[in-house]
Amino acid sequence: MSELLLEVRNLEVRFPIWGGVLRHKIAEVCAVDGVSFTIHKGETVGLVGESGCGKTTLAKAICNILKETAPGVHEAGQILFHTDNGPVDLLALRRSEMRPLRAKIQMIFQDPFSSLNPRMTVREIIERPLKIHTRQTAKERLTRVQTLLERVGLQPEHAMRYPHEFSGGQRQRIGIARALAVNPWLIIADEPVSALDVSVQSQVINLLQDLQEEFGLTYLFVAHDLSIVYHISDRIAVMYLGNIVEIGDAETVYRHPAHPYARALLSAVPQPDPRKVRADRISLRGEIPSPLNKPSGCSFHPRCPLAKPECADDVPLLQKKESGQWSACPFT
Amino acid sequence: MMQTATDSKTTEGPLDSTPTLSIRDLVVNFRIESGLANAVGGVSLDVYPGEVLGIVGESGSGKSVTALSVMRLIPDPPGNIAGGELLLQGRDLLKLSYEEMHDVRGNQIAMIFQEPMTALNPVFTVGMQVKETVLSHEKISRREARNRAIEMLQAVGISEAAKRLGDYPHQFSGGMRQRVMIAMALVCHPTILIADEPTTALDVTTQAQILELMLDMKSKQLGASIMLITHDLAVVAETCQRVIVMYGGKIQEVGTVEQIFDEPKHPYTKGLLASLPATSDKKQKQKRLYTIPGNVPSILEMPAGCRFCTRCAEVIDRCKIEEPPLHDLGNGQRVRCHLLETTADE
Repeated sequence: MSELLLEVRNLEVRFPIWGGVLRHKIAEVCAVDGVSFTIHKGETVGLVGESGCGKTTLAKAICNILKETAPGVHEAGQILFHTDNGPVDLLALRRSEMRPLRAKIQMIFQDPFSSLNPRMTVREIIERPLKIHTRQTAKERLTRVQTLLERVGLQPEHAMRYPHEFSGGQRQRIGIARALAVNPWLIIADEPVSALDVSVQSQVINLLQDLQEEFGLTYLFVAHDLSIVYHISDRIAVMYLGNIVEIGDAETVYRHPAHPYARALLSAVPQPDPRKVRADRISLRGEIPSPLNKPSGCSFHPRCPLAKPECADDVPLLQKKESGQWSACPFT
Repeated sequence: MMQTATDSKTTEGPLDSTPTLSIRDLVVNFRIESGLANAVGGVSLDVYPGEVLGIVGESGSGKSVTALSVMRLIPDPPGNIAGGELLLQGRDLLKLSYEEMHDVRGNQIAMIFQEPMTALNPVFTVGMQVKETVLSHEKISRREARNRAIEMLQAVGISEAAKRLGDYPHQFSGGMRQRVMIAMALVCHPTILIADEPTTALDVTTQAQILELMLDMKSKQLGASIMLITHDLAVVAETCQRVIVMYGGKIQEVGTVEQIFDEPKHPYTKGLLASLPATSDKKQKQKRLYTIPGNVPSILEMPAGCRFCTRCAEVIDRCKIEEPPLHDLGNGQRVRCHLLETTADE
């Protein structure tokens, strides 16, 4: 396998909950609870899970923006980013030290309507990271913006327009151009196509794959649509209540999931084939518990069809299964 | 031209019976600053007793506006139902007075919306909102209404329903709120349930639960039907018997799920199905996805002729000038495409 780009080790993210008359901290939510995984150069890792499982928090933690956006957040563990000068722990960096690295980790957001500033022209939007991270002249920047626009399938003259003049798919292309502007190594795409129309989704997915090939990009692709994640990813990680419960080769995780939650999640995905009878669908009882009162032991045990009494006691660790993936359930 | 489509005999129905709801040539326009936007341009469809009819389309296809028209909930102004008939068991809903329509809504036709948080009133308890539906349609006491509400909430899978009557919508999770919406919609046993993207805001495991619940509730009531509006083709494949594909405010293709998914005839339907990632066990993971070029045009910039002609892979010159009629293929499948003219004429 190619060299490592990112190593997440025992990452824990806890958000404070403020309350009471004096607005002091009354509790903590553990959104990411001891997550470890790696991303290699040039690969696409898909991260799936239902709302509230911590996938977006994990993505933001890797971008190292939680300290800026969520005051009082507690992060523990290590996020090792492999630069030319060896691995750097992003969590241990000061703001000024983090800044040059931000150009290397860029993000694409879900909602193309709220992630572009409506008062800026497309040129200003794409130029912004160039102004911050490079010393290019205005002329050089404009040329770069125009090249980028063409690369993502828009026209150079679109640079003078405002975001509202574009459709959802075109706006997502602008967001992609902005992320590409500073030649990043890792792009974190948080639900990049879920707000788009079906006929436009495949255009954006193809674009992301072309760009990956052309620029040797590495993707962390966060999404809830499993068929798209399966299509684009080399490896898939499944999250439940702040933990990765299964991770492995996309083909293996999608076809032969081992963890009971991964099995239930995959069996719930509707298939565009009317003849396929879903006799194998595993209906889960109840709903995801709130991360505020996470069940003891394996956090999935209250809903698990295979639960045994001991599941409530010990937190299961990821272990390698016969089919090749790592799964956090000792009984499969 | 529309006549060829709508007057075809009932052979295309899943049941040999008269439709519960017939929409005939529905036209809905919206007045906006820059002119008149034609959101629905002559839609005709039938909903038969006991069936689940899927309406698929992307944003701007007119699917939600069609549904809101059936409920007569199009805000006027700016919207306006410019023509057509909405026949519910033979009675034209467009000719009803405000009070008469009020009796129909929630009682004979009920609707579930996409976003359960905005569809429920945040300042009333869930119990109040379910009871209100019964009380406004039936002459029963408050105690009976309360019992009906409890019964209904239990039926949709809300545990300790009696206790939760006093809770407010924000105390429920997304899936639970959608269950409350279903309870509200079904408490008066409507003959038609219109579900407008009922699971789009939900996670897949919750989506599976809600769809199962809807089908389960339908099967308990003889002759009740569901109009399921969605953009998700996979959901349609799993739940519906017949499918209507809409694009640009017009019906482009109608058929049974098998016809639409196995032998799609309209280039748009074919494109939509081809652009989904292949996930079946037999197929190899493909390298690139098929794409339909371009974007969904805004309703103000609809091309003349066929509304799909700007993005169609099989476009011919005629498509740009003349709008194709819905050709009946004889087996119940109907397609709005010039390329199918010869097959249809036989």
